[in-house]
Amino acid sequence: MSTTTPAVIDPRRERLVALGRRAAIRLGGGVLVLWAVATLTFFALRLMPGDPVLAILGGPSANPTPEAIEAARVEFGLDKPLAVQYLFYLGRLLQGDLGVSYSQHLPVTRVLVEQGGATLELTIAALALAWLLVLLLTVVTAGRGRVVGGIASLAETLSAALPHFWLGVVLLAVFAFGLRWFPPAGSDSVASLVLPAFSLAIPLAGFIAQVTRESLELTLEQPFVLTARTRGLSDLAVRFRHALRHALLPGVSLSGWAIGALISGAVVCEVIFSRKGIGRQLYQAVQAQDMPLVIGISLVVAAGYVLANILVDLLYQWIDPRQQEAAA
Amino acid sequence: MTDLTLDRTLAPLRRQRQWKLPPVGASLAILFLSALLLAALAPGLFTRIDPLAIVPRDAFQPPSWAHWLGTDQSGRDIFARIIHGARQSLLIGVAATAIAMAIAITLGLLSGLGGARVDRALGWLLEVLFAFPSLVLALLFVAVFGSGVGPLIVATGLGGAPGYARMVRGQVLAVRNAGYIEAARALGHPTSRIVLRQLLPNAMRPLLVTLTMGVGQAIVWASALSFLGLGARPPAPEWGTMLSMGRDFIANAWWLTFFPGLFIVLTTLATTVTGRYLQQRLEGRLP
Repeated sequence: MSTTTPAVIDPRRERLVALGRRAAIRLGGGVLVLWAVATLTFFALRLMPGDPVLAILGGPSANPTPEAIEAARVEFGLDKPLAVQYLFYLGRLLQGDLGVSYSQHLPVTRVLVEQGGATLELTIAALALAWLLVLLLTVVTAGRGRVVGGIASLAETLSAALPHFWLGVVLLAVFAFGLRWFPPAGSDSVASLVLPAFSLAIPLAGFIAQVTRESLELTLEQPFVLTARTRGLSDLAVRFRHALRHALLPGVSLSGWAIGALISGAVVCEVIFSRKGIGRQLYQAVQAQDMPLVIGISLVVAAGYVLANILVDLLYQWIDPRQQEAAA
Repeated sequence: MTDLTLDRTLAPLRRQRQWKLPPVGASLAILFLSALLLAALAPGLFTRIDPLAIVPRDAFQPPSWAHWLGTDQSGRDIFARIIHGARQSLLIGVAATAIAMAIAITLGLLSGLGGARVDRALGWLLEVLFAFPSLVLALLFVAVFGSGVGPLIVATGLGGAPGYARMVRGQVLAVRNAGYIEAARALGHPTSRIVLRQLLPNAMRPLLVTLTMGVGQAIVWASALSFLGLGARPPAPEWGTMLSMGRDFIANAWWLTFFPGLFIVLTTLATTVTGRYLQQRLEGRLP
């Protein structure tokens, strides 16, 4: 690639263009996946027992008149063939209409808009916290001999084995009911974010730290690290400015998976800490058999997850230009 | 030439060294898993207390000599419940991993051997399944098929299947063109025999370690679903259910939630440590 382009082109710009091209390809693929997800959920809904008209008119508890049923059937196009209904469904999806939740009697989109922010806040806080813990733990302790490494590695393995729900309950018992440092429930203040964010971040940090430590230890043996040291850089500078960029790669590629784990964990944590958020909504919707809400939340979560994975992929390319050359 | 003789003299020595006792951590982990397996097979060996016996006057007893891990809101012994719950938790973990693996092997084999078009279609299907985080996929399944132990196992298995399928596919692709496969083909073995006798065992060997750890993960996911009230029904001594029940009393009786969770953690930890030890042992044979 670089042999065919003239030398006058700014390499940084060239990299941006390549990154943009890659982003476009990945976004296209992501849209295709989301279309498949939507199609799958459409047919899953049709396979469900029960009349969709009744669902639209307020669920099993509602008792609409036959005229109302007939009117809704025509209004929502349910008298048309399945293929036409499918197109209607896709059309409504594109307009952001996900149907009406029959346990809350609200449009699913509104529930999502109202609750999505809290979940986003929680997952982003947890991801940032997890990376902070990883950096502190690995950069300071990697390559410091067997004892320190052994202790740190034990701590990582242990925290990776902690299930969110148990950690959440234990944190709740100690810091909310025992020491009364943080509120046990709610989602209004920053203080109420601390415990859920920690119970999500600690197991995740354990996972990422295991990989990052291994790769950091390998990196610290590389010749370029020795070069940096001979130039008189301090130990911490070598670790943060030179070794870290190389050592981060496996951890970053794990972050895509981590976001999935975070969303799964958010469901549990929101339930434990009675937090606002789409995770708890999903849980309540499953219990109430509120299919439009279940499907709507799943679709949005899938969309967010796909998007996050694309971002992680691009970040990965940005950190490691070698990947880009391999892909080009 | 000298290398060859050296290798020959060293070979038995190396084998001997490999068979020495595993390190402390791995020994403890294997010991714990064996004890757990024993508890699952014969809980009577560990405790004589009935896990379902309700003794109202013994409710909320903290850990003591009579009740090692305390009692719950109905005066049931928590240690006895945990021991009796081992069977269900292990069963759920193993069954869910088996289901995940069955799906993964089918998809992985089909996509590794079925040609480019099948591979692309299945790759896409995996991508679609991957679009759902595991717990969301499991919740979706529970929403459609209802809760209970059966759906719980299938839902947990389904949540883990896409990850395994990707690994199996990678292994099948790596092994597909190996010399011994070609040799078997040259010998005129039918494809089914080659797949079952050569391809699958060789593709699966590196995944055994992942499977060991997978059982631990499946136990955690299944307990998460039980914790959310979507798995085993309350009186049953299932670890996730016990944890969920104890949550209401967290402010005054920590042992109700602490100990069932501790056993989930110890089980995951033990499977991880054992898996990693096996991985190190097998490393020489890994590609």
